Amino acid sequence: MKLSLGPLLYYWSREDTLAFYEAALGWPVDIVYLGETVCSRRHLLRLPDWIDLAEQFTAAGKQAVLASQTLIESESDLKALRKVVADERFLVEANEWGAVRLLAEAKRPFVAGPTLNAYNPDTLALLAELGAVRWVPPVEMPRDMIAAMPIPEGMQTELFAYGRLPLAFSARCFTARHYNLQKDDCQFRCIDHPDGLVLASREGEDFLCINGIQTQSARVMSLAHRLDELHAANVSVLRLSPQSRHTEKIVALFRALLDGSHTAAETPAKLAPFLPAQPCDGYWLGEAGMAYSGLSTQ
Amino acid sequence: MPLLELICPAGSLPALKAAVDHGADGVYLGLKDNTNARNFAGLNFDEKSLKEGIRYAQGKGRKVLMALNTYPQPATLPRWHKAVDTAAELGVNAIILADPGLMGYAVKTHPGLRLHLSVQGSATSYEAVNFYRERFGIQRAVLPRVLSLPQVENVVDNTDVEIELFGFGGLCVMVEGRCLLSSYACGDSPNTFGACSPGHAVRWEQTATGMETRLNGVLIDRYADHEKAGYPTLCKGRFEVQGETYYALEEPTSLNSLEMLPEMARMGIAAVKIEGRQRSPAYVAQVTRVWRAAIDSVKRAPEQFKALPAWMAELAKVSEGSMNTLGAYYRPWK
Repeated sequence: MKLSLGPLLYYWSREDTLAFYEAALGWPVDIVYLGETVCSRRHLLRLPDWIDLAEQFTAAGKQAVLASQTLIESESDLKALRKVVADERFLVEANEWGAVRLLAEAKRPFVAGPTLNAYNPDTLALLAELGAVRWVPPVEMPRDMIAAMPIPEGMQTELFAYGRLPLAFSARCFTARHYNLQKDDCQFRCIDHPDGLVLASREGEDFLCINGIQTQSARVMSLAHRLDELHAANVSVLRLSPQSRHTEKIVALFRALLDGSHTAAETPAKLAPFLPAQPCDGYWLGEAGMAYSGLSTQ
Repeated sequence: MPLLELICPAGSLPALKAAVDHGADGVYLGLKDNTNARNFAGLNFDEKSLKEGIRYAQGKGRKVLMALNTYPQPATLPRWHKAVDTAAELGVNAIILADPGLMGYAVKTHPGLRLHLSVQGSATSYEAVNFYRERFGIQRAVLPRVLSLPQVENVVDNTDVEIELFGFGGLCVMVEGRCLLSSYACGDSPNTFGACSPGHAVRWEQTATGMETRLNGVLIDRYADHEKAGYPTLCKGRFEVQGETYYALEEPTSLNSLEMLPEMARMGIAAVKIEGRQRSPAYVAQVTRVWRAAIDSVKRAPEQFKALPAWMAELAKVSEGSMNTLGAYYRPWK
């Protein structure tokens, strides 16, 4: 089983972003997803910067993947997408079907991202036929459904295994809305919230997390304690989503788990100090995503 | 290519008849299960009512579009296949699909059946729309409610696929097909279960501090005595962000793009969809009547078109929270 560092979902300063990836060059991950997938207005790193990072990760012996924008709205979004697809040195993660079209047309292999909504064998087979070499199930897809999917030959399953869950995308920027700003004049306020902006119920229960046009879970999905089940469901890659602090420690704990240095049962307690919020694992069991059952009783 | 067909919601046979009687060019409907995105108790059609609905609508020259717009799952895929077969056998005018795998089945099994791409397919660019066109020959795409009108026009200008837009009704603030908020809170999402914030997870409770609405235990909103309590659709609740309590995602409001009809006509929008299969036949009749009059007016004389105050008042009466918005069609909304 391999580890991947998912695309950075937040907006950090250029300095912080570059420092994060410079450190990540030495982390024990096998795959790194690079690029802006959430908001096309974010610009502190441009495509040449991401490509530069991709080159560095490749040189460091890791697989670099350029992740495409999830919500395409304008012609300039498409222009950016075409540039990503055109660089044949790097694998691309397609996060909507326009990217799939362009990649298939260029006869390029790709990673089928979680927002392509591959919920059934027919759609997965279609993606394989179009060139997908790996697929990331929708984050809500339960264990039993993933285990029941016949995986086409040559395709691997990568699962979102750690981080605040990306739950929804909108044309509206909820961070700008919070500051009574319009999206076109958002002043990039999301940069002040390096792990998103928590939205709580009026009873003070942390519920969701606002990240620009993306809405995430407030809780942190964590499946480290279910390693046996991940193996049983033929998961080949565990995706760890970057957070502003402690990502290095989280990567190290997952790596130690895969190496057998500690057990799955021991992992939640070891991870706990580094989680920005309470954990959840409900989706994996086919329950409400925010639920947390803790250790498997199997 | 059609221009501004009026497509109205039919959650039941009486609603279908109301739509047809008040001037819909077509109705859209679904079966009584999770093969469509309005899987609510008491709604939708069984085979008998579907046959009668098709007979009634097509007898008056109107179209019946069947929504099979959820995502089939490994264990239950045969149910979606059977639904496609039923639609073809009973002679609906088109099926509205979101899942590419299911489109593949429909094309292979019923090559003559007309396919529309559902809003749940999340296609927001012409590259995505054209993918479904090339691969499955879709004839129409319903765009998610996230693009501004100039962005919509860019799609229209770069595809042969007919474009259908939402005109009126409940407003999804998220990209349809890309929203898992409901399953995060209660386990059931529109994509797989066919409902958002489903009734079984909803609780209403009168407390000392007001009427509280909950979704699987999460407090979605609390209403003071003078406020009218609304259904706890979770993106339309009041939440707290950095100490401030407000509608953090969206107000309880309805989309109303009626005043944009001349622009839509100029762009060549093929059809306008009215949301609301979960609403009453009276709602369907009222909204259909207004939109029929408005579309006839814009087709007669687009330059002279005015959104009449009487129409707007009529629509405001049936809007969620009695409020209307232009949504993403009007850029500052974003």
